[in-house]
Order: sequence, then C-alpha cells, then structure tokens
Amino acid sequence: MKIVVCIKQVPATGADKRYTDDLRLDRAAAEAIINPLDEYAIEQALRLADAGAAESVTYLSMGPDQAAEALRRALAMGGDDAVLVSDPALAGADEWGTAKVLAAALDKLAPDVALMGMASDDARGSLVPGAVAAMRDVPLLSYGAELAVSDGEARVRRLSATGYDWVGAPMPVVASVTDQVGEPRYASLKGIMAAKRKPMETWSLEDLGLSADDLRGAALTQVTDARAPEAKAPTERLENLPAAEAAAKIADWLAARKLI
Amino acid sequence: MTYLPTADHDELRAVVRELADERIAPRAAEIDSSGEFPWDLKELLAKQDLLGTCFAEKHGGTALDTIAQSILVEEIARADATTSLIPIVQKLGALPILLAGSEEQQDRYLPRLASGEWLAAFALTEAAAGSDVASNRMRATRDGDDYVLNGSKRFITHGSVAQLLTVFALTDPEQGGRKGMSAFIVETDTPGFAAPRVEHKMGIRGSPTAELTFDDVRVPSANRLGEEGEGFKIAMATLDRSRLGIAAQAVGIAQGALDASVAYAADRQQFGQRVSDFQGIQWMLADMASQTEAARQLTYAAAARVDANASDLPYWTSSAKLVAGDTAMRVTTDAVQVLGGYGYITEYPVERMMRDAKITQLYEGTQQIQRLIVARQLLQRAGVAARG
Repeated sequence: MKIVVCIKQVPATGADKRYTDDLRLDRAAAEAIINPLDEYAIEQALRLADAGAAESVTYLSMGPDQAAEALRRALAMGGDDAVLVSDPALAGADEWGTAKVLAAALDKLAPDVALMGMASDDARGSLVPGAVAAMRDVPLLSYGAELAVSDGEARVRRLSATGYDWVGAPMPVVASVTDQVGEPRYASLKGIMAAKRKPMETWSLEDLGLSADDLRGAALTQVTDARAPEAKAPTERLENLPAAEAAAKIADWLAARKLI
Repeated sequence: MTYLPTADHDELRAVVRELADERIAPRAAEIDSSGEFPWDLKELLAKQDLLGTCFAEKHGGTALDTIAQSILVEEIARADATTSLIPIVQKLGALPILLAGSEEQQDRYLPRLASGEWLAAFALTEAAAGSDVASNRMRATRDGDDYVLNGSKRFITHGSVAQLLTVFALTDPEQGGRKGMSAFIVETDTPGFAAPRVEHKMGIRGSPTAELTFDDVRVPSANRLGEEGEGFKIAMATLDRSRLGIAAQAVGIAQGALDASVAYAADRQQFGQRVSDFQGIQWMLADMASQTEAARQLTYAAAARVDANASDLPYWTSSAKLVAGDTAMRVTTDAVQVLGGYGYITEYPVERMMRDAKITQLYEGTQQIQRLIVARQLLQRAGVAARG
C-alpha cells in the first residue's frame, strides 16, 4: 500500500504576514515551516508505515525552490522520498491551480492513499482535498481523526456531534486528517541526517504534461485587498499586571456578566 | 581552520530549540522546585538521538563535530540548565573510555551510552580532594584478576542515577595521586557500591549531586582504563575536553536570561514608556548581549581546536569555560536587575537562571583553576619555565 502525503510550506504561525505589492504572500519575509496541519497527515502516514500497513511514504509539495526545505524536514520525520513540483508559471496559484497540479502529480505517482492535512495555515481554504478528489474522480475521505486501511479499503474515523462515524471507500482515495490524529513526532537527529540522503525529485509543469494555458494563469480567484481587522467595540485591556491579579479581574468581569 | 556555523549547525539549532521550547522549558520551574531528576526528558533526548552525539556511528552515535555538540548543549541550557547536564555528563562520564579505553572496552560499553539506555558519570572528586585532585585517597587494591575498590567520592553529578561510572582510585598509594592513580569502569549494580545521599543545592536542583561509597567493590582488571598509574593523565585529558560542555551550558544559560530580559523590558511600562526605551536598560541589555556572544564565539573557537586536536587545547577550553562561566553569572544577575522585583520571584525564570549560573564558575575546575591553566600555557608560550 503506497501513501503520498501532500504538504505545503507556509510562513510560521503568528509571524506578521507581509504581502508584496501585488498582494501575494511575501514568503521571504517570514520563517517558513511545514503547514502545522500537514504534520498530522505526516504522522498518520508514518504510523501506518511503522505498523507495516504501508510499504512506502512519499511526500509531494507544490511550491518555490524553498519548499524543498519542508520536504527535507518531512523526510527527517520518516518516509522514503519526495517530489517537489515547481514552476515559475505557478506563482500566485490559488486553490484551483494547486489542486490541478497536485491531481496531475498524484495521477503520475498513483498512490493508494493521497493524504493531506485538513487546511493550510496561510490561506485556510480547506478546498484542496475535495478539489483534488473531484479532479481525479476518486472518493474523498475527509476530516479523519484516524485513517485505517484493510483489504483494499481505506476508512477514516470522523468525529461527529454525537460520537464518531467510520467512513470507508475502496482505494485509491484522497483522505484528509485533523489534529485528532495526535502529537506529530519530532525529527530525530539520525532522521535529519538520513533525510539528506533520501531521494528528492523536482518536476516542472511540463513533466506533468500540463502547460500554463491548462491552468488559465494558475488562479481563478484574485486577491483584491488585505488588511488588519478594525477594533469595533471598546475593549478593556489588562496590562502589566501579575498573572494572579489579572486572572482575578477577568474572573470578576465574567462573573458580572453571569458567564461564570 | 574556520569555525563559522554551517547550514547543518543552524538546522540542528532550530531542531533542538523547537524541542527545548515545546518540551523542556515548560518543565524547568517544576524540576527546580521538586528537585527531581527529569527522567521523562532523559528519555526524550535519548529517543531523539541527542545523547549519542559524541559517539562514533559504529557504536550507535551520530559523531557530530564539537561545535554542533556545543550548540546542542547551549539550546537545551537556554531552556533548562538541569536538563542540559544530561548530554554534558553523558559525555563527561564516557570521555575516559573514549580517550583511554581499548577497542574491546569501547565496544562493550559505548553502544549503551550512545543510545541513552545507560547513563554515565565521572567519579573523581572526593570530600578532601576537589581542586587538589592529586590528594585523592580512594584505593584500588589488586587481588588476583580483579581490583577491590574502597573509599568514597563526593559531589558526583548523576552518581546516583548512572549505570556506569568512570572511577579514579590509587593503585599505588606510595606514589601519590599524580603517578599512582588508575582509572576504572564500574557498573553501579556491582555489590558494595552505594549512593547514600545527594546534596541540596543552590541551583541545577534537578541534577542529583551524589556522595558515593565503595565498600570492597570488585572490578575485573578488564575494566581498568589504560595502564596502572595513568589515571591522573586520563582525568586531566578528560577535563580538558569536557569543560567545553560547561562553557556551552553557561552560554545557553546567559542566552536564556537575555531573552527573558528583552521580552520583559519590551512589555513592561513605567513612567509612561516601555522599560526597554530607557537608555540605561538598553545599555545593560547591550552589554549582556555582546558579552554572551563573545563567550559563544570563544566556545566555538575552542571547539574547533578540540576537533583539530590542537597542542594547546587546555588554553582554549579553559579560556572558554572561564569567560563563559563569568559571563553567565554576570548576565543572569543583570537579568534579575532588569526584571526588578519580578526578577526576584519564582513566577519569572531569571532567579532560577541566576542560581543555576553559579555552578558554572565552580564545577569541572573552578574559575581559579582555569586561570592557573591559562596562565601556565601563556607563560610556557612566552618561554617562562614553570616553577620547579
């Protein structure tokens, strides 16, 4: 059983997101990390590999050259090899363009499970898993707290309001998992050293049999504005207080509103 | 030789920092107040292959260069000085085997140290023999194919939690410590060995500092390191290298205190402005930062000399430990000052960092001993013969 985990390199959470003049994310301005939600997908794939349920784990990412760092970091956690899809025509791609490229790459890699995190930390569209599944005409098993495979079928355990459901489909599938998978492992030192020797290929659009025309300029949507939210209601700020005193004031405020 | 950090060094730093920020820093205050050895963090470090960095790959280690080993210690110490002693003392306890052990002894013991399955400790100091190593009294009497060890050791870091000790004892008391001392590997489950008490300390409170007693402890001669009488030389060669771990620890402690000071000063407001806007505070922070950086760079320069096996190794490692230890004490004291009243209470970490910093001026050779070593090398270079 072969797994491909799709990961994205994003700016570090909490970093000031800075935009370039044409309202694209300035990737050079902030520290770049693996999208935190993708780490759960990596962890899920590696658990299946540890248990012998998956024979190989490959990482796939679409991004600029810098995204290779994220792939190496993933390989340091475990897994066998990686593919980076990088092409100047992909700059400014939105979810649709990304899905089209990943779908083409996944068709070429032909995994039994294409595994993803549930959303990316920068755009937060949560659209790519569904779009990729639709484009490849395979089932989507989304928002899994756990992924299991047996006898040619993949299943996810999905938390619901009343408990959880198991949803399954015959492979190949696209699956997305949430943070309910559990704490992702740290890359060990030996893992980091081994990652340098694991194979990584770079594919262009041409390698996927796609042209810039196929992507219609890589994006169907356009970012028109980016600004910080305005403060609406008057807020009370507690500053420079010892923690115990601040906590007491907050408790009083909540109690006055009968919230506690 | 060049010793600028490489991309690999930067990556190692980022990885260890993440681990330290997420898993070690949150435990630091509790480790200090409970005084309990952090077994969970020892397991974490072992699992991440961070206890094997000074061991060869054939023994299951990762054979990192000495700068990388320093960076590892620095980043852990920035979060918690106690936890940073785990990799430091693992190396200290193993160095006599690395430097003087036979291939057979290394194959027998190093894999379990590299994996972190066993902890090691270095048992040299005695109650009446600290700086004055040569007046050690513990005895190792030859009996057939064994040696029988009798005596006690004091202030042995991790002596009560280690499975393996490198122990120094007199095989020829007539000759005294310099010529009559030998080094042995002792497994702590050997009958007659005990760790009856640990000290209550000012700082590094989660690191057990133990008194050890040896009551007819029988050790096979296959566990003697090097020849009889080579113990003093092995001990000194060990300390010439291990003290760099303390230098790195001191740099890390200083950096942690500096980071806490900057964050506090940028947040706290008095007299209508941020504390960090006051020139007086800016000058303090600048001194703390530049001195910490100087100590760091000297530590890396010494680390590069260790890897190059420089003939004046002690000059470099002693200079680094001297400067770094004094820097850590100064920077942490200033950190408490920058935080003012809040710096004195346990809710903020700098008072613990100041208590932790003090030991870097004391163990693995006091600052006074380091000065003697540096002076001796300096005068030797200038052609001034040592006093008779």
